[in-house]
Amino acid sequence: MTLLHGKAWKFGDDVDTDVIIPARYLSTSDPEELAKHCMEDADPQFFSKIHPGDIMVARKNFGCGSSREHAPLAIKSAGISCVIADSFARIFYRNAINIGLPILESPEAAEAISEGDMVTVDLEKGLIKNETKGEKYYSAPFPEFMQEIISAGGLINYVKERLSEKS
Amino acid sequence: MGMTAAEKILAAHGGKETVKPGELVKAKVDLILGNDITAPVAIREFRKIGVDKVFDPERIVLVPDHFTPNKDIASAEQAKIMKEFAREQGITHYYEVGRMGIEHALLPELGLTLPGEIIIGADSHTCTYGALGALATGIGSTDMAAAMALGETWFKVPSTIKFVYRGELNPWVSGKDLILYTIGQIGVDGALYQSMEFTGPVIRSLSMDSRLAMCNMAIEAGAKAGIIEPDEITYQYLEGRAQREYRGLFSDGDAVYAQEIEFNVEEIEPQVAFPHLPENTRGISEVGEVALDQVVIGSCTNGRLEDLRIAAELLKNKKVHPRVRLIIIPGTQKIYQQAMKEGLMDIFIEAEGAVSTPTCGPCLGGHMGVLAKGERALATTNRNFVGRMGHPESEVYLSNPAVAAASAVTGKISAPEEVL
Repeated sequence: MTLLHGKAWKFGDDVDTDVIIPARYLSTSDPEELAKHCMEDADPQFFSKIHPGDIMVARKNFGCGSSREHAPLAIKSAGISCVIADSFARIFYRNAINIGLPILESPEAAEAISEGDMVTVDLEKGLIKNETKGEKYYSAPFPEFMQEIISAGGLINYVKERLSEKS
Repeated sequence: MGMTAAEKILAAHGGKETVKPGELVKAKVDLILGNDITAPVAIREFRKIGVDKVFDPERIVLVPDHFTPNKDIASAEQAKIMKEFAREQGITHYYEVGRMGIEHALLPELGLTLPGEIIIGADSHTCTYGALGALATGIGSTDMAAAMALGETWFKVPSTIKFVYRGELNPWVSGKDLILYTIGQIGVDGALYQSMEFTGPVIRSLSMDSRLAMCNMAIEAGAKAGIIEPDEITYQYLEGRAQREYRGLFSDGDAVYAQEIEFNVEEIEPQVAFPHLPENTRGISEVGEVALDQVVIGSCTNGRLEDLRIAAELLKNKKVHPRVRLIIIPGTQKIYQQAMKEGLMDIFIEAEGAVSTPTCGPCLGGHMGVLAKGERALATTNRNFVGRMGHPESEVYLSNPAVAAASAVTGKISAPEEVL
């Protein structure tokens, strides 16, 4: 059972990839370097404020804009355990699953959770518990095929497994 | 039950008779694209898969265009990874500085993006190629790595919104204005996970450069793809250019759409998107006083010949406003050369604009026109997010090349008529 637990950091609609990781930092793809600049243009102190396991919560269309995989990489390597939003932009959605950053679509949770709430997420059940408010929310489960990618630990491992089955 | 063009393309590449929106399909891809920001990450991931060779070196295109000509040592190292990978894998469609262009201007020009094809690219504006009737969509680096190994990827079949444009276009209204207006109407997630099919009499007579500008910004409405069915304009454009055989696919008369939206283009004037989202559009008459520090004409949206010709028409015998920097970036070497032959470069330089070699540079705040704190730019690019062109407290407004050129002369956002 995969349980994620941390403090919620709340953002609004249309958080774009330029805010998640500005292009001026894209001359590297070193995850640790990217992590330092995660969300910098929205909150310059973000990286120094968060703790491993913390959870980002945002409203509609999270991750819109560029296809840069540096965006979910920056979030993941900053120590964020999971992103919950009303909806995700499609390239960000694919990228997050491919690199193994858990994401959950739950408009109900995204609306109810406030900054600073302590949240626990059960990924397999799609269950989100707000311990501060004593509430529970659910997200729609991933399609089976995506669950396979997630349980393989990302797309590269999934492809490796597929290729070894072929040979 | 009929299918849309997008559904037919996915069915054909997935070895299926029919597909339905929402269905997951594994489909063969015709072309895979990467650039100097995304390909190095894809190459790193490709190495982890444990195969030696890409599935087909003729089907992979690598273009160093974002931070090139290399802006600093770190960017040079990234570009080098891509260059060496191209040599190692025998990838012939590698376009070095001097031969390159901005990827989404270059690939159609080279005849590498064709009707009925599936094209994926590790760049969100890959959707540009829908202008040629391809199903083209942006993906991330890890998806690119997997597709380079397998020659296929998975898609969720998108539902399609049909946009029908009718009426006579107003003066100075181009494909850029149609797409900005559309995004203004439906919002930056108005077509999330969906495909946008652009059609109607206005589209049928729209130039290829304008079609490319429209499909380029489908992603700015959250769409997976923007698509225009091929027609005479497409076939003329492809003549002597297409590098492979192709077969266009068309939406059936009884295809099912998630929604149909009709626009009377006579109500559309040149559009300006205000900071910090492409959906914050206003007609040029509603803009008010917006003084500028910089104007950029270029990018994968509007760096094509039609765009430069329009800009030159407005800049001829004029000078750029003393407070403004005008930066003009032809999309490809060929566009650059043709612009020179037509005397457009003379006009730009006499107007005191700076002309650059092709690069994405300023569009993403990379180089060649980064904004300082508090500075304001009008650009023919595609995004005006916070910090997109530089300092987080700078501002970007988006428009077509005519409005951009006129505004460079007046020093504030202006209608083209104001300088004629």
